[in-house]
This record gives sequence, C-alpha cells and structure tokens, in this order.
Amino acid sequence: MTNVLINAPKAAKKGEVIELKALILHPMESGFRPGTNGTIIPRNIIERVVATWNGKEIFRMDFSPAIAANPFVSFFAVAAESGKIAFRWTGDEGFAVEESVAIDVA
Amino acid sequence: MKVSRSKSQSPLTLPERMRWRPALALLPVVFAASFAMAQAGADKSASDTRRSGYQDMGAALQKMQDDDTANPGMLYVQLGEQLWAKPAGAASKACADCHSVADMKGVAARYPAIPENSDRPIDLEGRIQLCRASHQQAERLAPESRDLLSLAAFVARQSRGLPIAPPDDARLAPFRSEGEAIYRRRQGQLNLSCAICHDDNAGKKLAGVTIPQAHPTGYPIYRLEWQALGSLKRRLRNCLVGIRAEAYPYEAVDYVALEVFLMGRAKGMPFEAPGVRP
Repeated sequence: MTNVLINAPKAAKKGEVIELKALILHPMESGFRPGTNGTIIPRNIIERVVATWNGKEIFRMDFSPAIAANPFVSFFAVAAESGKIAFRWTGDEGFAVEESVAIDVA
Repeated sequence: MKVSRSKSQSPLTLPERMRWRPALALLPVVFAASFAMAQAGADKSASDTRRSGYQDMGAALQKMQDDDTANPGMLYVQLGEQLWAKPAGAASKACADCHSVADMKGVAARYPAIPENSDRPIDLEGRIQLCRASHQQAERLAPESRDLLSLAAFVARQSRGLPIAPPDDARLAPFRSEGEAIYRRRQGQLNLSCAICHDDNAGKKLAGVTIPQAHPTGYPIYRLEWQALGSLKRRLRNCLVGIRAEAYPYEAVDYVALEVFLMGRAKGMPFEAPGVRP
C-alpha cells in the first residue's frame, strides 16, 4: 500500500536550490514502552532514510527511537540534472519502502 | 444557541507577533487563503465569535495542516482511497461500486444523520460500518482501527472547505437536546461539564494550552500527542478521562448525541478534515 507523501518540485532551473520533503506512515515503536500485558513492545523503527538523485546519494539520515511516528524529513538540494529522485526507508522487521519522483531540470 | 462567552485571549496581538518574528508577516495571507474559500457561503457573520481550534494553533501547525504533503492525516486519506476501491466482505463489493467520490462531497459535513429505516442517528464511522454490514456483508471494523479511520478520513477530505451543515431533520432534535444535556452536565471526579471548559473558559489556558471552543471542524484529526489519526469519539473519551469520568462504551448513543449537538453548534463553520491538532 502506498503510504508515502513526497513533496518535490516537478521542474527546476539548473543550479537552483530546491526543498525536498517526505512523509511516511510508520509507528516508530521505541522499544521502551510496556504493552497492555506489561511486557515490552519490541522496537520497530525506521533506521535509515536515503535519498538518491539518478542513483547518486544526496542525503542520508539515521533515525533513533526518540523520533515520533510518521516521520517527516525535509532537506535542500541543488538541482543539477533531470531524472529521478528516489527515497528509500529501511528499518526493523525488514521494513523497506522506496518511492521516487521525476524532476525536470532545464 | 449559546456559544462561547469569553473572547479568545492571545498572549501577543498580531502586530506584536509580526514585530518579533518578521517571518510571521505572511501568516495573515496564509490564513486568509485557506479560509477565504471555506467561508464563502458559510453563514458566519461579523458578530460570530466562534473559533475553530485551527485559529488557536501556531503558524507552524497551521501550515502543517494546510500542506497536503506535510499533513500526516493525508497518509490515512491515501490509505482510505485505496480501501475505497478495494472489494470487501461476502458481497465482494467496494465502496466505489456504489458511490462516486464526487458524491461524498459534503457528506462528512452533514453527519451525524439518521439513516433510512432507522430512528437513531449515526456518525460517519457508524455509516461506514452500516454500509459494511448491509451492502458489503463484511465484518465490522474495530473502533479507532486504521482502516475505519482511513475510510472516514478519505470521505471527510471530500468535504474540506464546505460549511458544516447538519441535516434539517426534526427527528434529530431530541438527540441534540440530549447531547446538550450531556455537554452541560457535571461529571467525573473533577465534577466538570464540557461547558465549563469549552464555553465559560475557552480561550484561556489549561496547562499552557489554549482551551478551544470544542467545534468539531476537522475530524478525524491527526493529533500530535496521539501520533495517529483519531475520531471525534476518541477526543470525547480523552476529555472524559481528563475530567476523571468513566468513558462510555464505544457503542454508547451518548457520543452520537454529543456529536449531533456539537455539529449543530458549529453549523456554518468551515470543515477542515483531516485537521492537525497539538
């Protein structure tokens, strides 16, 4: 199921600084909370998000258990070439989601 | 109808805020843009002192709600859109097999309403459950489950910007007065009624937070404290726990009666779902 929202401009001028924003649905269970029966709910977090521009890494962030559910990440990049901006989230319990957007740089 | 007696008190007036934080100078523009359309056609006069919780939030949260790619409620709307088209139950029918998305415009701004062949009102979640039971022959979704909230959010999203318009149905009147009675009834160990906070002291601070006037303009809402989407029922249960009363069971008609009263009280205010609240 698609559960990602990416906000990136569809087009940019070469050399322009653009903002990229990404939101993903994830519980970010910290691993410190007891459940209703008193046992600790196992940790289930996103460990890393990586953004690539035409396959080249432009941004990477490691997440900690202190980050809230449905994490929102925003950063800036310089528009160099047309192509594909891809976001990949990986984490506990084999979590792996990849979503990409196309950008036209002129 | 009785609405808030106290005007909202902001710690800083707008010109002061603008002096301290030049970036906020855009705030009135953002605000005007998001509400200008919403208020067209809404029966809101200059003497109307009703305020949505949206108006009491900071600029950052308002922007979060207004930006469909930053509002976490939109993640659920997206899920709801997928569920909408997915066949469910023994009848193997999807919501989309009977309804067009365009038909959902205004529906959430109208509920709770009394369905055909019934004499009791149901809220939007109740309507979804009824459709599941009667048309899809599917199991009930658990209250506050992700699927139920997502479907509700997707339907509610179609009414964004429309004025809240409870149905003109005389059969709702007893439920509205029952809701008002609950709203004004003291309950819980703290012996508080809804009205004591949300009418008499709205706009003042409780534990550093502005007490809202309790207009259900944005449900289901993404509440940052919950880190999840929640229904108006969940919000009401939260308040009941807050005044140390025992929350009614999920199926209790009391919630729907309160919702009927609150939606009538917020009549004409623009619908914002999915709202973001602190």
